[in-house]
Amino acid sequence: MNNMKAIFCKQAKDTMKNKAVLIQFLMFPVISIIMNQTIKVDNLPEGYFIRMFAVMYIGMAPIIAMSSIIAEEREKNTLRVLLMSNVKPGEYLLGTGTYVWIMCMLGAICMGIVGGYRGTDLMNFLILMAVGFIISIFGGASIGGFCKNQMVANSMMVPAMLILAFVPMMATFNTTIEKYGQILYSQQIQLFISHINDGKMEMKNYVITGINMVIVLITFVVAYRKNGLDE
Amino acid sequence: MSLILVESVEKKYEDKVVLNKINLEINQGEIFGLLGPSGAGKTTMIRLLTGQISATAGKITVFDKEVGKLNGTEKKQFGIMMDQFGLYERLSCYDNLKLFADIYGIKKEQIIQTLRAVGLEKAVKTPAMNLSKGMRHRLQLARVFMTNPKILFLDEPTSGLDPATSEEIHRLLLHKKEMGYLIFLTTHNMGEAEKLCDHIALLNEGKIVEYGQPQEICRKYNHQKKIRIRLKNGEELEYENSRDSAAKIEQLFQEQSIETIHSTEPNLETVFMERTGRRFE
Repeated sequence: MNNMKAIFCKQAKDTMKNKAVLIQFLMFPVISIIMNQTIKVDNLPEGYFIRMFAVMYIGMAPIIAMSSIIAEEREKNTLRVLLMSNVKPGEYLLGTGTYVWIMCMLGAICMGIVGGYRGTDLMNFLILMAVGFIISIFGGASIGGFCKNQMVANSMMVPAMLILAFVPMMATFNTTIEKYGQILYSQQIQLFISHINDGKMEMKNYVITGINMVIVLITFVVAYRKNGLDE
Repeated sequence: MSLILVESVEKKYEDKVVLNKINLEINQGEIFGLLGPSGAGKTTMIRLLTGQISATAGKITVFDKEVGKLNGTEKKQFGIMMDQFGLYERLSCYDNLKLFADIYGIKKEQIIQTLRAVGLEKAVKTPAMNLSKGMRHRLQLARVFMTNPKILFLDEPTSGLDPATSEEIHRLLLHKKEMGYLIFLTTHNMGEAEKLCDHIALLNEGKIVEYGQPQEICRKYNHQKKIRIRLKNGEELEYENSRDSAAKIEQLFQEQSIETIHSTEPNLETVFMERTGRRFE
Protein backbone atom coordinates (compact mmCIF):
# COMPACT_ATOMS: atom_id res chain seq x y z
CA MET A 1 0.00 0.00 0.00
CA ASN A 2 2.88 2.32 0.89
CA ASN A 3 4.64 1.62 -2.41
CA MET A 4 1.42 2.07 -4.35
CA LYS A 5 0.88 5.44 -2.68
CA ALA A 6 4.46 6.47 -3.50
CA ILE A 7 3.97 5.52 -7.17
CA PHE A 8 0.65 7.38 -7.23
CA CYS A 9 2.23 10.58 -5.81
CA LYS A 10 5.19 10.35 -8.17
CA GLN A 11 2.84 9.96 -11.12
CA ALA A 12 0.77 12.94 -10.02
CA LYS A 13 3.87 15.17 -9.92
CA ASP A 14 5.32 13.79 -13.14
CA THR A 15 2.11 14.12 -15.16
CA MET A 16 1.78 17.80 -14.24
CA LYS A 17 5.00 18.32 -16.22
CA ASN A 18 4.25 15.77 -18.94
CA LYS A 19 2.13 17.66 -21.46
CA ALA A 20 1.65 14.65 -23.73
CA VAL A 21 -0.18 12.76 -20.99
CA LEU A 22 -1.76 15.71 -19.21
CA ILE A 23 -3.52 16.86 -22.37
CA GLN A 24 -5.23 13.49 -22.68
CA PHE A 25 -7.01 14.04 -19.37
CA LEU A 26 -8.07 17.58 -20.24
CA MET A 27 -8.73 17.55 -23.98
CA PHE A 28 -12.00 15.62 -24.20
CA PRO A 29 -13.75 17.14 -21.17
CA VAL A 30 -12.78 20.66 -22.26
CA ILE A 31 -13.76 20.19 -25.93
CA SER A 32 -17.01 18.46 -25.08
CA ILE A 33 -17.98 21.14 -22.57
CA ILE A 34 -17.16 23.94 -25.01
CA MET A 35 -19.10 22.28 -27.83
CA ASN A 36 -22.02 21.44 -25.57
CA GLN A 37 -22.26 25.04 -24.41
CA THR A 38 -21.68 26.79 -27.73
CA ILE A 39 -23.21 24.68 -30.52
CA LYS A 40 -27.00 24.80 -30.57
CA VAL A 41 -28.63 22.91 -33.44
CA ASP A 42 -32.34 22.20 -33.79
CA ASN A 43 -33.35 18.60 -33.02
CA LEU A 44 -29.91 17.84 -31.60
CA PRO A 45 -30.50 15.72 -28.49
CA GLU A 46 -29.49 17.32 -25.19
CA GLY A 47 -25.94 16.44 -24.20
CA TYR A 48 -25.18 14.97 -27.65
CA PHE A 49 -21.57 16.18 -27.67
CA ILE A 50 -21.03 15.05 -24.11
CA ARG A 51 -22.14 11.50 -24.97
CA MET A 52 -20.05 11.43 -28.14
CA PHE A 53 -16.89 12.72 -26.47
CA ALA A 54 -17.44 10.62 -23.36
CA VAL A 55 -16.99 7.48 -25.44
CA MET A 56 -13.97 8.93 -27.24
CA TYR A 57 -12.57 9.82 -23.83
CA ILE A 58 -12.95 6.19 -22.74
CA GLY A 59 -11.32 4.90 -25.92
CA MET A 60 -8.35 7.24 -25.94
CA ALA A 61 -7.23 8.91 -22.70
CA PRO A 62 -6.62 5.86 -20.45
CA ILE A 63 -5.01 3.87 -23.27
CA ILE A 64 -2.61 6.63 -24.25
CA ALA A 65 -1.82 7.60 -20.68
CA MET A 66 -1.20 4.06 -19.41
CA SER A 67 0.80 2.82 -22.38
CA SER A 68 2.88 6.03 -22.59
CA ILE A 69 3.71 6.02 -18.89
CA ILE A 70 4.74 2.35 -18.83
CA ALA A 71 6.64 2.50 -22.13
CA GLU A 72 8.55 5.60 -21.01
CA GLU A 73 9.48 4.00 -17.71
CA ARG A 74 10.74 0.93 -19.54
CA GLU A 75 12.65 2.98 -22.06
CA LYS A 76 14.34 5.17 -19.43
CA ASN A 77 14.96 2.23 -17.08
CA THR A 78 13.24 3.96 -14.19
CA LEU A 79 10.91 1.00 -13.92
CA ARG A 80 13.87 -1.28 -13.32
CA VAL A 81 15.05 0.95 -10.48
CA LEU A 82 11.62 0.73 -8.91
CA LEU A 83 11.45 -3.04 -9.22
CA MET A 84 14.96 -3.32 -7.76
CA SER A 85 13.69 -1.25 -4.84
CA ASN A 86 11.26 -4.03 -4.09
CA VAL A 87 8.23 -2.40 -5.65
CA LYS A 88 6.04 -5.27 -6.87
CA PRO A 89 4.79 -5.13 -10.47
CA GLY A 90 1.23 -5.21 -9.13
CA GLU A 91 1.90 -2.24 -6.86
CA TYR A 92 3.35 -0.27 -9.75
CA LEU A 93 0.45 -1.06 -12.08
CA LEU A 94 -2.12 -0.39 -9.37
CA GLY A 95 -0.53 2.93 -8.39
CA THR A 96 -0.27 4.12 -11.97
CA GLY A 97 -3.66 2.71 -12.98
CA THR A 98 -5.40 4.30 -10.00
CA TYR A 99 -3.90 7.66 -10.85
CA VAL A 100 -5.01 7.44 -14.49
CA TRP A 101 -8.48 6.27 -13.42
CA ILE A 102 -8.94 9.11 -10.93
CA MET A 103 -7.79 11.73 -13.44
CA CYS A 104 -10.19 10.35 -16.04
CA MET A 105 -13.02 10.23 -13.51
CA LEU A 106 -12.50 13.90 -12.64
CA GLY A 107 -13.00 14.70 -16.31
CA ALA A 108 -16.03 12.41 -16.44
CA ILE A 109 -17.62 14.17 -13.44
CA CYS A 110 -17.30 17.53 -15.22
CA MET A 111 -18.73 16.05 -18.42
CA GLY A 112 -21.61 14.43 -16.56
CA ILE A 113 -22.60 17.62 -14.76
CA VAL A 114 -22.34 19.77 -17.88
CA GLY A 115 -24.20 17.08 -19.85
CA GLY A 116 -27.22 17.62 -17.63
CA TYR A 117 -27.07 14.36 -15.66
CA ARG A 118 -28.32 14.65 -12.11
CA GLY A 119 -28.93 12.28 -9.19
CA THR A 120 -29.22 8.62 -10.20
CA ASP A 121 -28.57 9.42 -13.85
CA LEU A 122 -25.29 11.10 -12.96
CA MET A 123 -24.34 8.14 -10.81
CA ASN A 124 -25.13 5.70 -13.62
CA PHE A 125 -23.18 7.84 -16.10
CA LEU A 126 -20.15 7.81 -13.80
CA ILE A 127 -20.41 4.05 -13.21
CA LEU A 128 -20.45 3.45 -16.97
CA MET A 129 -17.50 5.77 -17.46
CA ALA A 130 -15.64 4.08 -14.60
CA VAL A 131 -16.13 0.62 -16.12
CA GLY A 132 -15.02 1.90 -19.54
CA PHE A 133 -11.91 3.52 -18.07
CA ILE A 134 -10.98 0.33 -16.21
CA ILE A 135 -11.18 -1.77 -19.38
CA SER A 136 -9.15 0.83 -21.29
CA ILE A 137 -6.57 1.07 -18.50
CA PHE A 138 -5.97 -2.66 -18.73
CA GLY A 139 -5.79 -2.28 -22.52
CA GLY A 140 -3.23 0.53 -22.21
CA ALA A 141 -1.24 -1.47 -19.66
CA SER A 142 -1.22 -4.43 -22.08
CA ILE A 143 0.19 -2.23 -24.84
CA GLY A 144 2.79 -0.87 -22.40
CA GLY A 145 3.64 -4.45 -21.47
CA PHE A 146 4.31 -5.44 -25.05
CA CYS A 147 6.40 -2.35 -25.90
CA LYS A 148 9.99 -1.61 -24.98
CA ASN A 149 9.83 2.07 -25.79
CA GLN A 150 7.43 4.91 -26.47
CA MET A 151 7.81 4.79 -30.22
CA VAL A 152 6.65 1.19 -30.40
CA ALA A 153 3.87 1.99 -27.92
CA ASN A 154 2.66 4.84 -30.12
CA SER A 155 2.53 2.63 -33.18
CA MET A 156 0.43 0.10 -31.25
CA MET A 157 -1.84 2.49 -29.39
CA VAL A 158 -2.93 4.59 -32.38
CA PRO A 159 -4.86 1.85 -34.21
CA ALA A 160 -6.35 0.61 -30.92
CA MET A 161 -7.64 4.01 -29.91
CA LEU A 162 -8.84 4.86 -33.42
CA ILE A 163 -11.00 1.76 -33.42
CA LEU A 164 -12.25 2.15 -29.86
CA ALA A 165 -12.86 5.89 -30.02
CA PHE A 166 -14.00 6.54 -33.58
CA VAL A 167 -16.04 3.45 -34.47
CA PRO A 168 -18.80 4.31 -31.91
CA MET A 169 -18.91 7.88 -33.25
CA MET A 170 -19.09 6.77 -36.89
CA ALA A 171 -21.67 4.14 -35.97
CA THR A 172 -24.16 6.94 -35.39
CA PHE A 173 -23.95 7.76 -39.10
CA ASN A 174 -23.51 4.34 -40.72
CA THR A 175 -25.52 1.19 -40.02
CA THR A 176 -22.83 -1.22 -41.26
CA ILE A 177 -20.28 0.28 -38.89
CA GLU A 178 -22.91 0.22 -36.17
CA LYS A 179 -23.54 -3.48 -36.80
CA TYR A 180 -19.89 -4.50 -36.58
CA GLY A 181 -18.98 -1.89 -33.98
CA GLN A 182 -21.30 -3.57 -31.48
CA ILE A 183 -18.57 -5.98 -30.55
CA LEU A 184 -16.60 -3.14 -28.94
CA TYR A 185 -17.05 -2.23 -25.30
CA SER A 186 -16.77 1.45 -26.18
CA GLN A 187 -19.83 1.22 -28.43
CA GLN A 188 -21.71 -0.77 -25.83
CA ILE A 189 -20.97 1.92 -23.27
CA GLN A 190 -22.24 4.52 -25.71
CA LEU A 191 -25.47 2.52 -25.93
CA PHE A 192 -25.68 2.27 -22.15
CA ILE A 193 -25.16 6.02 -21.83
CA SER A 194 -27.82 6.70 -24.49
CA HIS A 195 -30.31 4.64 -22.49
CA ILE A 196 -29.47 5.94 -19.02
CA ASN A 197 -32.88 7.59 -18.77
CA ASP A 198 -35.04 4.71 -20.02
CA GLY A 199 -32.90 1.72 -18.99
CA LYS A 200 -33.70 -0.13 -22.25
CA MET A 201 -30.69 -2.40 -22.33
CA GLU A 202 -30.61 -6.09 -23.18
CA MET A 203 -28.62 -8.90 -21.69
CA LYS A 204 -26.42 -9.08 -24.81
CA ASN A 205 -25.09 -5.57 -24.08
CA TYR A 206 -23.85 -6.73 -20.69
CA VAL A 207 -22.46 -9.95 -22.12
CA ILE A 208 -20.53 -8.15 -24.89
CA THR A 209 -19.05 -5.69 -22.39
CA GLY A 210 -18.13 -8.60 -20.10
CA ILE A 211 -16.49 -10.48 -22.97
CA ASN A 212 -14.49 -7.38 -23.89
CA MET A 213 -13.28 -7.11 -20.31
CA VAL A 214 -12.24 -10.78 -20.26
CA ILE A 215 -10.37 -10.42 -23.57
CA VAL A 216 -8.50 -7.33 -22.34
CA LEU A 217 -7.64 -9.07 -19.07
CA ILE A 218 -6.33 -12.13 -20.94
CA THR A 219 -4.24 -9.87 -23.20
CA PHE A 220 -2.93 -8.11 -20.10
CA VAL A 221 -1.96 -11.40 -18.44
CA VAL A 222 -0.31 -12.66 -21.65
CA ALA A 223 1.63 -9.39 -22.02
CA TYR A 224 3.10 -9.63 -18.53
CA ARG A 225 3.58 -13.39 -18.50
CA LYS A 226 5.48 -13.14 -21.76
CA ASN A 227 7.60 -10.08 -21.10
CA GLY A 228 7.32 -9.36 -17.38
CA LEU A 229 7.05 -5.73 -16.42
CA ASP A 230 10.69 -5.06 -17.15
CA GLU A 231 12.32 -7.41 -19.62
CA MET B 1 32.66 -11.58 7.34
CA SER B 2 31.92 -12.52 3.75
CA LEU B 3 28.73 -10.90 2.45
CA ILE B 4 29.02 -12.09 -1.13
CA LEU B 5 30.10 -15.56 -2.16
CA VAL B 6 30.18 -16.55 -5.81
CA GLU B 7 30.88 -20.20 -6.58
CA SER B 8 31.52 -21.52 -10.10
CA VAL B 9 28.98 -19.19 -11.63
CA GLU B 10 28.25 -19.38 -15.33
CA LYS B 11 25.95 -17.28 -17.43
CA LYS B 12 25.05 -18.17 -20.98
CA TYR B 13 22.79 -16.43 -23.45
CA GLU B 14 21.80 -19.19 -25.87
CA ASP B 15 25.21 -20.53 -26.97
CA LYS B 16 27.23 -17.51 -25.93
CA VAL B 17 29.09 -17.85 -22.64
CA VAL B 18 29.10 -14.43 -20.97
CA LEU B 19 30.55 -15.52 -17.62
CA ASN B 20 32.54 -18.69 -17.13
CA LYS B 21 33.23 -20.39 -13.77
CA ILE B 22 33.44 -17.24 -11.69
CA ASN B 23 34.50 -17.52 -8.05
CA LEU B 24 34.56 -14.54 -5.70
CA GLU B 25 34.44 -13.85 -1.99
CA ILE B 26 33.84 -10.31 -0.85
CA ASN B 27 33.81 -9.12 2.73
CA GLN B 28 32.00 -6.41 4.60
CA GLY B 29 33.77 -3.06 4.64
CA GLU B 30 35.78 -3.61 1.49
CA ILE B 31 35.74 -2.05 -1.93
CA PHE B 32 35.89 -4.71 -4.59
CA GLY B 33 36.60 -3.81 -8.19
CA LEU B 34 35.65 -5.89 -11.19
CA LEU B 35 37.81 -4.67 -14.02
CA GLY B 36 37.56 -5.47 -17.65
CA PRO B 37 37.13 -4.00 -21.10
CA SER B 38 33.70 -3.31 -22.55
CA GLY B 39 31.77 -6.52 -23.12
CA ALA B 40 33.82 -8.52 -20.60
CA GLY B 41 30.72 -9.36 -18.54
CA LYS B 42 30.96 -6.80 -15.72
CA THR B 43 27.39 -5.53 -15.90
CA THR B 44 26.08 -9.09 -16.24
CA MET B 45 27.91 -9.92 -13.00
CA ILE B 46 26.15 -7.07 -11.17
CA ARG B 47 22.80 -8.16 -12.58
CA LEU B 48 23.46 -11.69 -11.31
CA LEU B 49 24.56 -10.52 -7.86
CA THR B 50 21.48 -8.34 -7.47
CA GLY B 51 19.10 -11.06 -8.63
CA GLN B 52 18.00 -9.21 -11.77
CA ILE B 53 18.89 -12.31 -13.79
CA SER B 54 19.63 -15.91 -12.85
CA ALA B 55 22.87 -17.79 -13.33
CA THR B 56 22.95 -20.67 -15.80
CA ALA B 57 25.08 -22.66 -13.34
CA GLY B 58 26.79 -22.17 -9.98
CA LYS B 59 25.72 -20.52 -6.78
CA ILE B 60 25.60 -16.94 -5.55
CA THR B 61 25.19 -16.34 -1.84
CA VAL B 62 24.49 -12.89 -0.43
CA PHE B 63 23.83 -12.33 3.29
CA ASP B 64 24.33 -16.11 3.71
CA LYS B 65 21.36 -16.81 1.46
CA GLU B 66 21.04 -17.78 -2.19
CA VAL B 67 20.43 -14.58 -4.09
CA GLY B 68 17.27 -15.91 -5.71
CA LYS B 69 15.79 -16.60 -2.28
CA LEU B 70 16.37 -13.14 -0.81
CA ASN B 71 13.19 -11.51 0.41
CA GLY B 72 12.12 -7.93 -0.17
CA THR B 73 13.60 -6.62 3.08
CA GLU B 74 16.97 -8.19 2.30
CA LYS B 75 16.96 -6.82 -1.24
CA LYS B 76 16.33 -3.38 0.20
CA GLN B 77 19.86 -3.66 1.65
CA PHE B 78 21.19 -3.34 -1.90
CA GLY B 79 22.04 0.04 -3.34
CA ILE B 80 22.38 -0.22 -7.08
CA MET B 81 23.71 2.40 -9.44
CA MET B 82 23.91 1.26 -13.02
CA ASP B 83 24.77 3.36 -16.01
CA GLN B 84 21.46 2.57 -17.64
CA PHE B 85 19.45 3.17 -14.47
CA GLY B 86 17.46 6.24 -15.29
CA LEU B 87 16.19 9.26 -13.45
CA TYR B 88 12.77 10.84 -13.70
CA GLU B 89 13.77 13.60 -16.08
CA ARG B 90 10.88 15.96 -15.38
CA LEU B 91 11.06 15.61 -11.61
CA SER B 92 13.37 17.72 -9.46
CA CYS B 93 16.33 16.23 -7.60
CA TYR B 94 14.24 16.38 -4.44
CA ASP B 95 11.26 14.61 -6.01
CA ASN B 96 13.49 11.95 -7.56
CA LEU B 97 14.69 11.09 -4.07
CA LYS B 98 11.30 11.63 -2.43
CA LEU B 99 9.84 8.70 -4.37
CA PHE B 100 12.46 6.35 -2.95
CA ALA B 101 12.27 7.94 0.49
CA ASP B 102 8.55 7.04 0.49
CA ILE B 103 9.25 3.50 -0.70
CA TYR B 104 11.96 2.93 1.92
CA GLY B 105 10.14 4.81 4.70
CA ILE B 106 12.88 7.43 5.02
CA LYS B 107 12.21 10.79 6.69
CA LYS B 108 12.05 13.84 4.41
CA GLU B 109 14.86 15.62 6.28
CA GLN B 110 17.23 12.91 5.12
CA ILE B 111 16.56 13.78 1.47
CA ILE B 112 18.08 17.23 1.91
CA GLN B 113 20.92 15.81 4.01
CA THR B 114 21.75 13.31 1.27
CA LEU B 115 21.62 15.93 -1.46
CA ARG B 116 23.94 18.07 0.64
CA ALA B 117 26.32 15.13 1.11
CA VAL B 118 26.72 14.71 -2.64
CA GLY B 119 26.98 18.45 -3.28
CA LEU B 120 23.57 18.94 -4.86
CA GLU B 121 22.06 21.20 -2.20
CA LYS B 122 21.78 24.06 -4.70
CA ALA B 123 20.00 21.86 -7.24
CA VAL B 124 17.21 20.65 -4.95
CA LYS B 125 14.47 22.05 -7.19
CA THR B 126 16.27 21.52 -10.50
CA PRO B 127 14.65 18.97 -12.82
CA ALA B 128 16.93 16.02 -13.59
CA MET B 129 16.82 16.88 -17.29
CA ASN B 130 18.67 20.14 -16.56
CA LEU B 131 21.56 18.51 -14.67
CA SER B 132 25.05 18.03 -16.07
CA LYS B 133 26.36 14.48 -16.46
CA GLY B 134 28.40 14.76 -13.27
CA MET B 135 25.41 16.04 -11.34
CA ARG B 136 23.26 13.21 -12.68
CA HIS B 137 25.84 10.71 -11.43
CA ARG B 138 25.79 12.39 -8.05
CA LEU B 139 22.00 12.30 -7.97
CA GLN B 140 22.08 8.59 -8.77
CA LEU B 141 24.61 8.11 -5.98
CA ALA B 142 22.40 10.13 -3.65
CA ARG B 143 19.51 7.80 -4.44
CA VAL B 144 21.73 4.86 -3.52
CA PHE B 145 23.26 6.41 -0.40
CA MET B 146 19.96 7.69 0.99
CA THR B 147 18.61 4.21 1.59
CA ASN B 148 21.63 3.24 3.73
CA PRO B 149 22.25 -0.09 2.02
CA LYS B 150 24.74 -2.64 3.31
CA ILE B 151 26.02 -3.41 -0.19
CA LEU B 152 26.56 -0.88 -2.96
CA PHE B 153 26.72 -2.09 -6.54
CA LEU B 154 28.16 0.61 -8.75
CA ASP B 155 28.48 0.06 -12.47
CA GLU B 156 31.14 2.40 -13.90
CA PRO B 157 30.40 5.13 -11.32
CA THR B 158 32.79 7.68 -12.85
CA SER B 159 32.52 6.78 -16.51
CA GLY B 160 32.68 9.87 -18.70
CA LEU B 161 33.17 12.28 -15.80
CA ASP B 162 35.80 14.99 -15.52
CA PRO B 163 38.69 14.37 -13.08
CA ALA B 164 37.37 16.78 -10.46
CA THR B 165 33.92 15.13 -10.33
CA SER B 166 35.52 11.66 -10.34
CA GLU B 167 37.71 12.73 -7.44
CA GLU B 168 34.64 13.93 -5.57
CA ILE B 169 32.88 10.60 -6.13
CA HIS B 170 36.00 8.70 -5.01
CA ARG B 171 35.97 10.72 -1.80
CA LEU B 172 32.32 9.82 -1.20
CA LEU B 173 33.00 6.12 -1.82
CA LEU B 174 35.99 6.02 0.51
CA HIS B 175 33.88 7.72 3.17
CA LYS B 176 31.19 5.03 2.74
CA LYS B 177 33.84 2.34 2.99
CA GLU B 178 34.97 3.79 6.33
CA MET B 179 31.36 3.48 7.46
CA GLY B 180 31.52 -0.27 6.80
CA TYR B 181 29.73 -0.51 3.46
CA LEU B 182 30.65 -3.26 1.03
CA ILE B 183 31.16 -1.58 -2.33
CA PHE B 184 31.20 -3.67 -5.49
CA LEU B 185 32.21 -1.55 -8.42
CA THR B 186 32.97 -2.20 -12.04
CA THR B 187 35.31 0.02 -13.94
CA HIS B 188 37.71 0.07 -16.81
CA ASN B 189 39.67 2.85 -15.14
CA MET B 190 42.78 1.17 -13.74
CA GLY B 191 43.85 4.21 -11.76
CA GLU B 192 40.49 4.30 -10.05
CA ALA B 193 40.77 0.63 -9.15
CA GLU B 194 44.29 0.99 -7.77
CA LYS B 195 43.22 3.97 -5.70
CA LEU B 196 39.93 2.68 -4.31
CA CYS B 197 39.87 -1.10 -4.26
CA ASP B 198 41.00 -3.49 -1.56
CA HIS B 199 40.67 -6.39 -3.97
CA ILE B 200 40.15 -6.59 -7.69
CA ALA B 201 39.39 -9.18 -10.31
CA LEU B 202 40.47 -8.74 -13.90
CA LEU B 203 37.75 -10.04 -16.18
CA ASN B 204 38.34 -10.94 -19.79
CA GLU B 205 35.77 -12.57 -22.07
CA GLY B 206 33.80 -13.85 -19.11
CA LYS B 207 36.76 -15.31 -17.21
CA ILE B 208 38.66 -13.98 -14.23
CA VAL B 209 42.28 -13.84 -15.30
CA GLU B 210 43.69 -12.33 -12.13
CA TYR B 211 42.42 -11.77 -8.59
CA GLY B 212 43.89 -10.13 -5.50
CA GLN B 213 45.02 -6.84 -4.01
CA PRO B 214 46.00 -4.33 -6.72
CA GLN B 215 49.52 -3.71 -5.37
CA GLU B 216 50.08 -7.41 -4.83
CA ILE B 217 49.10 -8.17 -8.43
CA CYS B 218 51.41 -5.47 -9.75
CA ARG B 219 54.28 -6.81 -7.65
CA LYS B 220 53.57 -10.33 -8.87
CA TYR B 221 54.07 -9.22 -12.45
CA ASN B 222 57.19 -7.20 -11.75
CA HIS B 223 59.43 -9.44 -13.85
CA GLN B 224 62.12 -6.84 -14.51
CA LYS B 225 62.71 -5.99 -10.85
CA LYS B 226 64.70 -2.92 -11.81
CA ILE B 227 65.01 0.64 -10.61
CA ARG B 228 64.69 3.38 -13.19
CA ILE B 229 66.36 6.72 -12.52
CA ARG B 230 66.14 9.95 -14.44
CA LEU B 231 68.92 12.40 -13.74
CA LYS B 232 68.62 16.16 -13.72
CA ASN B 233 70.74 16.31 -16.89
CA GLY B 234 68.10 14.21 -18.70
CA GLU B 235 70.07 10.97 -18.69
CA GLU B 236 68.06 7.81 -17.87
CA LEU B 237 69.63 4.92 -15.95
CA GLU B 238 68.35 1.47 -15.06
CA TYR B 239 69.75 -0.63 -12.21
CA GLU B 240 69.04 -4.12 -11.01
CA ASN B 241 67.05 -4.10 -7.78
CA SER B 242 69.98 -5.65 -5.89
CA ARG B 243 72.60 -4.93 -3.23
CA ASP B 244 75.20 -4.22 -5.89
CA SER B 245 73.20 -1.27 -7.19
CA ALA B 246 72.73 0.30 -3.76
CA ALA B 247 76.13 1.97 -3.64
CA LYS B 248 75.73 3.47 -7.11
CA ILE B 249 72.28 4.83 -6.29
CA GLU B 250 73.49 6.16 -2.94
CA GLN B 251 76.22 8.04 -4.73
CA LEU B 252 73.70 9.61 -7.09
CA PHE B 253 71.67 10.70 -4.08
CA GLN B 254 74.72 12.26 -2.48
CA GLU B 255 75.52 14.10 -5.71
CA GLN B 256 71.89 15.34 -5.68
CA SER B 257 71.69 14.52 -9.38
CA ILE B 258 68.45 12.45 -9.27
CA GLU B 259 65.31 14.00 -10.69
CA THR B 260 62.98 10.94 -10.44
CA ILE B 261 63.30 7.36 -9.25
CA HIS B 262 60.84 4.56 -9.95
CA SER B 263 60.59 0.82 -9.61
CA THR B 264 59.65 -1.02 -12.80
CA GLU B 265 56.61 -2.83 -11.42
CA PRO B 266 53.78 -2.77 -13.95
CA ASN B 267 50.39 -1.13 -13.54
CA LEU B 268 47.14 -3.09 -13.80
CA GLU B 269 46.75 -2.26 -17.46
CA THR B 270 50.14 -3.80 -18.24
CA VAL B 271 49.21 -6.85 -16.20
CA PHE B 272 45.95 -7.18 -18.11
CA MET B 273 47.83 -6.94 -21.41
CA GLU B 274 50.31 -9.54 -20.31
CA ARG B 275 47.57 -11.94 -19.20
CA THR B 276 45.23 -11.48 -22.16
CA GLY B 277 47.27 -10.03 -24.98
CA ARG B 278 44.73 -7.24 -25.43
CA ARG B 279 44.43 -3.64 -24.38
CA PHE B 280 41.84 -2.22 -22.03
CA GLU B 281 39.29 -0.33 -24.11
